[in-house]
Amino acid sequence: MIAVHHYIFLSAALFAVGIYGVIARRNAVGVLMSIELMLNAVNINLLAFARYVTPTTLTGQVFAVFVITVAAAEVAVGLALVINVYRNMDHINVDDINLMKW
Amino acid sequence: MDYFLFSVAAIIAVVSAVLVIVQRNPMHSALYLIITLLCIAVLYLQLSAQFVAAVQVIVYAGAIMVLFLFVLMLLDQENPIDTPSTLRYQNPVAAVMGLLLLVELLFLSARAQPPAVLTSGAPGSSPGFPGSVESVAESMFTRYLFPFELTSVLLLIGMVGVIVLAKRKL
Repeated sequence: MIAVHHYIFLSAALFAVGIYGVIARRNAVGVLMSIELMLNAVNINLLAFARYVTPTTLTGQVFAVFVITVAAAEVAVGLALVINVYRNMDHINVDDINLMKW
Repeated sequence: MDYFLFSVAAIIAVVSAVLVIVQRNPMHSALYLIITLLCIAVLYLQLSAQFVAAVQVIVYAGAIMVLFLFVLMLLDQENPIDTPSTLRYQNPVAAVMGLLLLVELLFLSARAQPPAVLTSGAPGSSPGFPGSVESVAESMFTRYLFPFELTSVLLLIGMVGVIVLAKRKL
């Protein structure tokens, strides 16, 4: 029997993998992909709670759709920033993008 | 059967999520990320969220990943492989942070008392067809109409921002 715990454990695992990626990846596009993993973990939680805690209302599902919308906007802006950085510095290595460091 | 499907999808999702992170070539990471997203869509179907599963496949695995691949190919990096870090302790610190967060989350969620509704909300007990397009749309266009309109403003702002950022000369 699948309980809500299984989904919570899965989303905790995905979120931890995502946070490792955000900290450790040096490619800016890789960092954005890790953020996508974390947003998906959040979505799994929203849907699992919508299914198991409030099975009659659809608040969780509606908010999952909103989270997907926000993710789309965030990726578009992030990738535009990456393209701009690449134009100015010829690389997208986030460790070396330190122009604004004091 | 349900449990088997859940386990297979969850294991594939986590394994390919790890592969997304450890792959040095960003193109391979993007392809593994698509596998993760599709497995998560399978889980959404199991949670009787058919509409969100379809949105996940179309918007995430379709549109967003095409955007990623498009940018990766547009950049056409000479050397797409991650260069060794200039920060010495970055990887160990990241691993410690990730593991700490994982242990913390697992500990807290294992210790939490399940609310009373949890047991009554077992699969199969909810009336009707809660994840269908009709029921999602009904609550999206009545109770959550204002947030829904706000997302359109958000998308408009995002679009304007992307054009301003990516255009060479305005």
